[in-house]
Amino acid sequence: MLELRNLSFEVPTQERSQETKRIIDDLSLTIEDDRFTVITGPNGGGKSTLAKLIMGVEQPSAGQILFDGTDITHLPIAERAKLGIGYGFQQPARFKGMKVKKLLDLAAGKKLPMLACNEYLAKVGLCSASYLTREVDKSLSGGEMKRIEIATILARDPKLAIYDEPEAGIDLWSFDRLTETFRDIHSARNGRSIVIISHQERIIQLADDIVWIKDGRIEAQGAADVIMPQLGFLAKDHPICTLTQPTELHLTEIPTTC
Amino acid sequence: MTVDLSPIDQNLLSEIASIHGMPEGAYNIRKDGQLLVRNSSANIEIATKADNPGIDITIKPGTKGETVYIPVILTQSGLKDVVYNSFYIGEGCDVTIIAGCGIHNSCEEDSEHDGIHSFYCGKDARVRYIEKHYGEGEGTGERILNPVTNVYMEKGSHCEMELTQIRGVTSTVRDTNAELGEGAKLVLTEKLLTHDDQTATSNMKVALQGDESSVQVVSRSVAQGNSSQTFNPLVIGQAACRGHVQCDAIIMDKARVTAIPGIEAASEEAVLVHEAAIGKIAGDQIIKLMTLGLSEEEAEAEILEDFLS
Repeated sequence: MLELRNLSFEVPTQERSQETKRIIDDLSLTIEDDRFTVITGPNGGGKSTLAKLIMGVEQPSAGQILFDGTDITHLPIAERAKLGIGYGFQQPARFKGMKVKKLLDLAAGKKLPMLACNEYLAKVGLCSASYLTREVDKSLSGGEMKRIEIATILARDPKLAIYDEPEAGIDLWSFDRLTETFRDIHSARNGRSIVIISHQERIIQLADDIVWIKDGRIEAQGAADVIMPQLGFLAKDHPICTLTQPTELHLTEIPTTC
Repeated sequence: MTVDLSPIDQNLLSEIASIHGMPEGAYNIRKDGQLLVRNSSANIEIATKADNPGIDITIKPGTKGETVYIPVILTQSGLKDVVYNSFYIGEGCDVTIIAGCGIHNSCEEDSEHDGIHSFYCGKDARVRYIEKHYGEGEGTGERILNPVTNVYMEKGSHCEMELTQIRGVTSTVRDTNAELGEGAKLVLTEKLLTHDDQTATSNMKVALQGDESSVQVVSRSVAQGNSSQTFNPLVIGQAACRGHVQCDAIIMDKARVTAIPGIEAASEEAVLVHEAAIGKIAGDQIIKLMTLGLSEEEAEAEILEDFLS
């Protein structure tokens, strides 16, 4: 179980300025085990920052983060990872010289058998034979990188997985596949929790719980069947946040059949 | 043939040529400026040069799947070893050559090895050349390696060269020259890691003389501490050829890297491209690996290892 207690995160308005701006504003939230939670809301509302605070990529200005009862507020990233928190980046890092296989091994914390690699890559719609020996560098497209990023979280199999806009930068075909993948993860979660930051209606529809964040605060929160009907209304004030189609379409040719 | 190798010798040989005990087939092991042990095979003849110190390695035309080992080790401080090795690789061969130099210097005086290697690649021959340079030892004496590599490639020959220097070499000036005939293909990969106050200079000059010849120069380097590196590769296109030069460096601490990739076209059919990038390890790379449970130090080591892999 993840508990955020009165979490705040402030940044200077300008470099070296004393004035600060609150990105996360006294936010409290509990994410129970075995739940599929989607955090949504307008751009700039603090969703990604919240995810980074949970993973430890950013440090809160105030408040507490508890994971399974342990105070992890000041723990380094790697320690949180070891406790079972995983994070899928919106913009995955590229590594010159590192093979996809190696990245999956690092994610799993052990040398993975080929069969397991095949399974993780197949789940994100990539053919293992064509990708395992590829380098995780700029030779891969944005969509390919994004799928491999998701595969690393599948290989890691964390107790709490946070995906930051997994749909961003992914083409339409992959988006369909991605939705399926998350549906599968959802049904096989076995006590694990999944948090996805997303604008996409089809991903939001998969959720058990929905959290709507705006201006660093929770505007609405609850079971999906309760919140879902309100979303259209909530989104109306924020035309930037359309809840219908994938936001960015990058039509790249990615080999998907072995 | 049996030779007694000390643990230091064995470690050096393992570092530079991944050999443990005596290798199979043709080999020539040189230690402290002297021949230690040599073996020719049915197809590969190793003979002492008549004019200069060094050896002639002659590989019979059509030899396939064989490997030659010619490592050099230096354990004696204050020695400057200059050696000329020539490789005559016959037509249609497909062979691997493993060279390298390991220096163990535990004294105050400098140790230096300058290997001048010339490769004559016959028509349609395929050669893979792997050279590793390595230094160790607690002494304050410098460990110096100044290799010269000359490659002459005949029609349709194919050569892959991996030149690696990872750690321990105080100073190096590398000179690599190649001339490519019609349809010849050269892939030149150089990997370098310097640290402390080390200096490294790599000059390359590749002349694409024949039509359909091509070269790919890939330089990957890591500069740590106060070390400094200079890359100066030049590809000259004199025919309907293709050349690509890529220099990629990771800079750390107070190091300095200069990359001057050069291309020179003397034919309007020449297609030459160069690119160079120098940068520190990206923060997002470290953070990603930390989210997979690695500490910052482990993440950094992993990134460098893969970069130079």
